[in-house]
Amino acid sequence: MKTFFSFIKKEFRHIFRDRRTILIVLVMPVVQIILFGFAVSTEVHNARVDIVGDGNDPAVRQIVERIDQNPYLNVEAVYESVAKVPERFRRGEADVAVCFERNFDERLHHYGKASVRLLGDGSDPNTAQMIVNYVNGVLSDVQGELGAQSDSPQGAFPHVQYMYNPAVRSSYNFVPGVMGLILMLVCSMMTAISIVREKESGTMELLLVSPIRPIGVIISKAIPYLALSLVNLVTILLLARFVLGVPLRGSLLLLSVVSVLFILASLGIGLLISVISSTQKTALLISGMGLTMPTMIFSGIIFPCESMPVVLQYVSDIIPAKWYIIMVKKVMIEGVGFGYIYQEFTILLLMTLFLLAVSVRLFKRRL
Amino acid sequence: MGAIEVTTVSKRYGTCQALDRISLDIQRGEIYGLIGPDGAGKTTLFRILVTLLLPDSGSARVEGLDVVNDFMAIRQHIGYMPGRFSLYQDLTVAENLDFFATMFGTTVAENYGNIEEIYAQIEPFRDRRAGKLSGGMKQKLALCCALVHHPSVLFLDEPTTGVDAVSRKDFWNMLYRIRESGVTILVSTPYMDEASLCDRISLLQKGRIIETGTPAAIVAQYPHRLFGVSGKPAYPLLKFLRRTPGLLRCFSFGSEHHVAVAPGTIQPAELTTQLQAAGFHDVVVREIEPNIEDCFMELAKEERQES
Repeated sequence: MKTFFSFIKKEFRHIFRDRRTILIVLVMPVVQIILFGFAVSTEVHNARVDIVGDGNDPAVRQIVERIDQNPYLNVEAVYESVAKVPERFRRGEADVAVCFERNFDERLHHYGKASVRLLGDGSDPNTAQMIVNYVNGVLSDVQGELGAQSDSPQGAFPHVQYMYNPAVRSSYNFVPGVMGLILMLVCSMMTAISIVREKESGTMELLLVSPIRPIGVIISKAIPYLALSLVNLVTILLLARFVLGVPLRGSLLLLSVVSVLFILASLGIGLLISVISSTQKTALLISGMGLTMPTMIFSGIIFPCESMPVVLQYVSDIIPAKWYIIMVKKVMIEGVGFGYIYQEFTILLLMTLFLLAVSVRLFKRRL
Repeated sequence: MGAIEVTTVSKRYGTCQALDRISLDIQRGEIYGLIGPDGAGKTTLFRILVTLLLPDSGSARVEGLDVVNDFMAIRQHIGYMPGRFSLYQDLTVAENLDFFATMFGTTVAENYGNIEEIYAQIEPFRDRRAGKLSGGMKQKLALCCALVHHPSVLFLDEPTTGVDAVSRKDFWNMLYRIRESGVTILVSTPYMDEASLCDRISLLQKGRIIETGTPAAIVAQYPHRLFGVSGKPAYPLLKFLRRTPGLLRCFSFGSEHHVAVAPGTIQPAELTTQLQAAGFHDVVVREIEPNIEDCFMELAKEERQES
């Protein structure tokens, strides 16, 4: 037991004496969560809206007012001709144009039907889609009111509302994703590197020759990173809750249990990497290319898995982070209990057991 | 029963035969030297004996324990100092020592008497990081770490490589004192001049033992007469000597050339005359005693001719 504590103490010394490690382990998570939360955001603020049509038309005026009141949208200009729109887009003076047909008010009230055309700047499709969605939202609101005023039938605008995330805030998507990414990175990469470093520096030879058991080496290596990951988890959750305003609707205990399970899975991966690589560079490459990239791509942080080809969807199924992120989203944002995540939990649990068993088994007692 | 018994151990890496049917019998309390150039297989043999590698064939016992089956038990009894400095560079001297003591389930205080003499020399730097020590200091620290759990067999793989002459002498004095406490020491070195400091040695060449015995016995077996030849210019002199008939071998050895001749064929005076006649000046030819390196060269050459 004394051996064990002494080993763990030594690991902490390694971590705290290396500025780079500290940077990766404790500073990077904070920077990442803030970066992803603020800078890397798919939200659009202050989108510039052009209005094409008769600015004196009562119904048009009403709608324009409503658009201008929306915090995300600003009306830039009102003009008559659609021909001006491409020029405005090219100069970067407008992001979207709302085109009302002639005699809009009259048609709306007499025929109960008038058409609006939305022109988005498709050169940046993601942004265009977001802005068009915002405008659509405003239009459908107005339509609801108009419908209530007169008895004309409701038009064709669908009324879309996002449950759990009414403002469609991207941080709701990023925070669970970044949690997965960071825990994975810290646990897998740092554990792998710290073991491989001992191989490289020759100290592993001395450890192997000592009577300490390999399982003791593994556990002592894992515990400091487990502890640091828990610190990270708390930091991320605090940042998410109080800086990014992401709610924690579900049980904190459940979230912690799920996170610890994922941390263990990541440790397993780290051990596996340390077994197969003999230099720190290799370990770094494997965890960088082999872990971070697939985790980013397949875990649904950036691209939804559902829109991938079927083959790639199967690939995404073997990424532990995917299941963790799904669970975090469910627990944090939807606030569900264990009953709703037991499938994902079981999958991750089996993966963890498998990874730990394989890596402990492969860990060599000789050179 | 010897402290270390090796019976026809072989080890192969791909196409390279690292060890070829090596047999050794090392007694308790002996300083035993493995002498050979880089790539002779010294480190491989060490790794097999400290249970880090498995031999392809043959068997080895350390303190009567088999290196394959009883490896966990062996690990309690041995101290190992790898060829490369293998301590934690980012830990201090004292932290390194404490760590290795606890790894073996003991404490520095408990075994202080065992390392006191060596540790006293690095104690003033106990709070310095190991990476910032000089070569000689690192070596002393590594020796302390290998000794701290009171092993009965000590494996030192090229402990003096990269260490200055004074520290090397110091180091050997420490080894003699460690031996006095009954510890068996197996030490490897590429430096032939250190061979004569061991009780017994084995000369290793390309994975084979080419000779075993006390340094004196090995030197006594040297079959030729040996001349030390110097003169100017030195390099043409070497080339000239190699072309001269009647001389068996000729090696450059520091400022001199060592020339082996069959007994009774040529006298130093005759050789001097020949060399002067060929236009070399400052020629000195003197009869010298062979050292281990001369024996090694001779034996290595025989070995090559046989195979």
